[in-house]
Amino acid sequence: MSTAPILAKTPEELTEVRFDQTMEEKIAEILQRYPTKRAAMLPVLWLCQERYGWISPGVIEAVAARLGESPAFVEGVVSFYTMFHRTPPARYVLQLCVTLSCELCGAKTLAQHIKNRLGIGFGEKTQDGTFQLVGVECLGACGGAPVLQVNEDYYENMTVEKLDKLLSELAEGK
Amino acid sequence: MESILLRARGIPNSRDIETYLAAGGWEGFKKALTMPPEAVIQEVIDSELRGRGGAGFPTGKKWSFVPKDHPGPKYLICNADESEPGTFKDRELLEYDPQMVLEGIAIASYAIGANTAYIYIRGEFFRWARILEEAIAQAKAKGFLGKDILNSGYHLEVWVHRGAGAYICGEETALIESLEGKRGFPRLKPPFPAVVGVFGKPTVVNNVETLACLPHILTRGAKWFASIGRPKNTGPKLFCVSGHVNRPGVYELPLGVSFKEIIFEHAGGIRNGRKLKAFFPGGSSAPVLTAQEVDVLADFDSCAAAGTMLGSGGVIVMDETVNMVEVARNLAHFYAHESCGQCTPCREGSDWCLDILNRLTSGLGHPSDPDQLLRICQYASQGMTICPLGDAFSLPISSLVKKFRKEFDDAVAQAKPIPPKKLPVMPWSGKDVRFGGV
Repeated sequence: MSTAPILAKTPEELTEVRFDQTMEEKIAEILQRYPTKRAAMLPVLWLCQERYGWISPGVIEAVAARLGESPAFVEGVVSFYTMFHRTPPARYVLQLCVTLSCELCGAKTLAQHIKNRLGIGFGEKTQDGTFQLVGVECLGACGGAPVLQVNEDYYENMTVEKLDKLLSELAEGK
Repeated sequence: MESILLRARGIPNSRDIETYLAAGGWEGFKKALTMPPEAVIQEVIDSELRGRGGAGFPTGKKWSFVPKDHPGPKYLICNADESEPGTFKDRELLEYDPQMVLEGIAIASYAIGANTAYIYIRGEFFRWARILEEAIAQAKAKGFLGKDILNSGYHLEVWVHRGAGAYICGEETALIESLEGKRGFPRLKPPFPAVVGVFGKPTVVNNVETLACLPHILTRGAKWFASIGRPKNTGPKLFCVSGHVNRPGVYELPLGVSFKEIIFEHAGGIRNGRKLKAFFPGGSSAPVLTAQEVDVLADFDSCAAAGTMLGSGGVIVMDETVNMVEVARNLAHFYAHESCGQCTPCREGSDWCLDILNRLTSGLGHPSDPDQLLRICQYASQGMTICPLGDAFSLPISSLVKKFRKEFDDAVAQAKPIPPKKLPVMPWSGKDVRFGGV
């Protein structure tokens, strides 16, 4: 199995975030790429999401303090971009492309199959926190439609059979 | 046509810098370093290369707007935020030949006098961002990037900057805002980025494919490049074919081949022996063309003459079974989701279109709906918004209504009678019906 699971910290763990030395070193490295501190916003948020699994209010406070912005400003940025998780995500976020080429090539069947198999619709999570289904807009891989992105990985030319195999493998890899 | 941009596809270890060097890589940049920057710009102007990101603006001309005597830093941005529905060519270039893109970045940066370049890549492309990081490290180790490149006294640092899931950040001024760490709200132009761009400095934003053309223009000459394609529409172009075709994928062809050739020869025709109904010639933001218009030539000017646009070269093919009202709803959903929310005509207009189309496809249409769609689209386009996203949803949706009016009227005719309308656009309160309520 190739797709790595997301290991999300709990909200309690992220109420008061302090960046440790590893994080500080990485942030310092990012900051020297840009003439302004603010420009490091997206890279630092990505760093946090990789580290903590999601962007909690505590993380927003910490990023704001580190980059010299108000928490409200950081909140505004985080809420604009769809890829930042604002609640703890499941271990595997199934991002099904629902835009034109994928719909033409059968994304609807896949969505229905996921609903039948896992009992989750768009925006929902399985109770054990293993899977989460999200309908996403064009993933830029229309030649391999229908496309499913799981966490960081693309799975192209998906069929119900391939989907079944993938879901079983991911579920077993817990 | 010989493979130019995709020459590395299928070659083992094609991403490795040694493979690229063996194929004559980085020679274009070496040559550029021996020329004055103005001569590099002139060479690109002479090649008549037009931007491959969608607008088709002449690349050399774009560079020439950068003030020559500007005292402070200048920036080059490689736009790898590929998110136009139907487009997947930049990913192909990054997958097989990231060094070619880097060499293009180096040439463009040298031409405009930039010492820092950013590659803004869409957030979903984790894999290709890592590929780029590795390619940059390799190029640096060979001395093609960094300080005092090949003893020329020219410095260049290239950084990968990842987006986080916003279609609008492919628009160059929204991309600049996003790179500065803000929400991706497009800026009013003028001032154009070439004068006031990222961090308030002169900035050129070029598409991945545009930049990948540069090494070839430098090594083989502007004349050679201009000999491919048609006058004013020169060079090779990557066409991305998706939808109901037998062989979807990226095809490298000279500009000016017909869509008939692209769909039926290269992409192998329509799946399951069905007939072609319609296609989007340049991503979903281009007005739709019908099967009767398949002889239109795939270049910027021919597409414009046919009332559509070549855009990014994303050809989305639909067979005879496709319902055009469903297509319009799918697209309305995309644009309503991706509108940044700055300008009222686009933010509200795209949502209203989605409300109407959700109702139409749920059997709750109103006789005035098709005309209402056209009216909304009229007022959200034609320069009513800061950036072209207003046009991007208006043009395809209104073209669908105009060219397939019967299907929209049929949807209305099949609708259940609904209570008298109190509002011009009755809000849709139901769930998103796109995927059968999943």
